[in-house]
Amino acid sequence: MKREPLLNAAILLGLLLVPLWALWADAPFTITLATKVAILALAGVGLNIALGLGGLVSLGHATFFGIGGYAMGILASHAQSFVPLTEVPFLIEGTKSMPVIWLVAVVFSALAALAIGALSLRTSGVYFIMITLAFGQMFYYFAISWPAYGGEDGLSIYVRNGFPGLNTLDPIQFFAICYAILALVLFLAARLAASPFGLALGAARQNDERVQTVGMDSFRLRLVAFTISGAVTGLAGALFADLNRFVSPTMFSWQMSGEFIIFIILGGIGRLYGPVVGAALFIILEHFLGGLSDYWHIYLGAILLAVVLFARGGLIGALAGREVAHD
Amino acid sequence: MTEPLLRIEGLRKAFGALVACNDVSLDLRPGEIHALIGPNGAGKSTLIKQIAGNMAPDAGRIHLAGRDVTGLSTAARARLGLGRTFQISSLAMEYTVLQNVMLGALGHRGGVMRFLSPVMKDKALLQTARAALERVGLAEAARRRTADLSHGQRRQLEVAVALTLSPRVFLMDEPMAGLGAEGSARLTGFLDQLRQEAPILLVEHDMDAVFALADRISVLVYGAVIATGTADEIRADPAVREAYLGEEDAA
Repeated sequence: MKREPLLNAAILLGLLLVPLWALWADAPFTITLATKVAILALAGVGLNIALGLGGLVSLGHATFFGIGGYAMGILASHAQSFVPLTEVPFLIEGTKSMPVIWLVAVVFSALAALAIGALSLRTSGVYFIMITLAFGQMFYYFAISWPAYGGEDGLSIYVRNGFPGLNTLDPIQFFAICYAILALVLFLAARLAASPFGLALGAARQNDERVQTVGMDSFRLRLVAFTISGAVTGLAGALFADLNRFVSPTMFSWQMSGEFIIFIILGGIGRLYGPVVGAALFIILEHFLGGLSDYWHIYLGAILLAVVLFARGGLIGALAGREVAHD
Repeated sequence: MTEPLLRIEGLRKAFGALVACNDVSLDLRPGEIHALIGPNGAGKSTLIKQIAGNMAPDAGRIHLAGRDVTGLSTAARARLGLGRTFQISSLAMEYTVLQNVMLGALGHRGGVMRFLSPVMKDKALLQTARAALERVGLAEAARRRTADLSHGQRRQLEVAVALTLSPRVFLMDEPMAGLGAEGSARLTGFLDQLRQEAPILLVEHDMDAVFALADRISVLVYGAVIATGTADEIRADPAVREAYLGEEDAA
C-alpha cells in the first residue's frame, strides 16, 4: 500500500535530478532528453485518463497531440511573419506567448475530443479503436494536404515561444516549465481518480451495467473523460512543438498514438505514474539502442512482449505490486 | 387499495416466431412481495430486462410510480426509483466492497461530475454506504476486494447496493440463487421486512422462499401469465399444477 506513493515520489525526483546533474556536468542534450520525457509523459498521462481509468483504448490520441502542436505552430508562425490569422470579423494575430498558446491548444483539443468522443464512444472494443484510428488518419492527411501551414514539410518556428519571467531558450528553464506542468497534471489526475467522477468512471470501465443500474449515464462519464484526456494530450502537443521548434504532420500519425499506448503498457495501465516511467524507458531505449542500430524497435518490441507476458502491471506493477483499490 | 407502484400493461416481445413475452400485465402494490415464477425458458429474464430498461418491448407500457417509463433508459429508471439486483452478480469486481456501495450512494445522491474532491471521504455518502452494508451483514468485509468475496457475499452486496438507492420498487432477479440453506433463510427474513420500505417484484426459483414470502404470485409459462393470486390460490390452480408445480408435488 505504501510502496507505490514512495516509488512515485522517487520517479518524480529522478526526473528532476537527471537534468540538474546534466546542468552541473554541462550536458545540455541530456536536459533536452529529460524535457522530452516530461512532455511525452504528459501526453501519456492524458491518454491514461481515458485508457487506464476509463478503459477506452484510443488509437487516435495523436489527433489531440497534433492539434496542440499545430495550435503552437500556427500562432507562432503568424507572429514571426507579422501576418494576422484573420482580419474578419475581427483581427486575430499570432502570438509567441506560451500561456496563450497552451490555452488555445487545450481548448481546441478538448473540442476535438468532445466531437470525436461523441461519435466514437457509441461503439466499443475493436470498433472504438478503429474509429479513433480513422479520425487520427483524417487529421494526418488533412495536415499533409494543407499548404498554408507547410503541408508535408511542416512548420519551423525559429525562436522558442516566451514565458513571462523566464528565458525559455535556456534548456533548464524550459525543462522547469514542462516539469512543473507535468507535476501539476499528475497531482490533478490523482485527485480526479479519487473523486466522485473517478469512482464512477472506473466502475463504468469494469461493469457498464452496474453504473447504469445506480442511475448514472455511462456514455456521459466516458465522454467527459475522453474530453479531459484529449485536452491534456493537446497541451503536451503544444509543449512538444515548442521543444522541437517544429511542427509536422508526424505529430498526427498513428505511430505517435501507438507510442503513447506503449508508454502506458510499459509503465503499467491505469497506474498514475505508468506513463512517466514508460516514456522515460522509451526515450532511454531510443537514445541508447537507437545509437547502436536503426532497427532498435526490434528490441523495444521484445521488451514490450516481455512486459505484456510476464509483468502485466508494467514496471510500476513489478516494483510496487498489484494495484490496491484506493479508499 | 392504493395505486400500484409498478404497473405493466400488455407487454409483448417476440424474437422472430418465438414470442418470449406475450401480453403480460401485472402490478406491484405498496408493501407487497409479488413473486414471478415459471419454468426455464418461460420468459422471466426477457420480462425483467424490459422492466429494467435493457430491452425495448414491441408493445405495451410500463409505469413506475405513476410515470410512464417505457421509453426511458436504464439509468433514468434507476433515478426514478427502480432498485434492481441481478441474477448473476453485476458488480465492479476490482473495487472494494465499500466502493461498490459508495457508487450506489453516489448514484442516488447525484453530483457525479465532481472532479477534485475525494469521494471516499464524503461523510454523507459513507454513512449511506456503511448503513447499507450493516443491514445486509457485510460491514466487516467493507475493505475487501469484491472479486475476493464468496458467492453468497456478492449476493449480499448486490442487495446492499440496491438499498443505497432507497428505491421505490425493488426488482430482484433470483436473489437466492446459489445461496446455501442458511443464507437463503437469512435473506428470506430480510426480504420479509424489506417489503415495508418498498415492494419487491421477486423472480425466484426457490419455491420454499416464494411460498413463504409472496403476497401474490404470478406464473409465467411460454411468455404468458397463466395465473396470478395468493400462494393458496396458485397451489390450487389446475393450470398451474399441470404446467409447473406438478413435478414438484410428485417429488
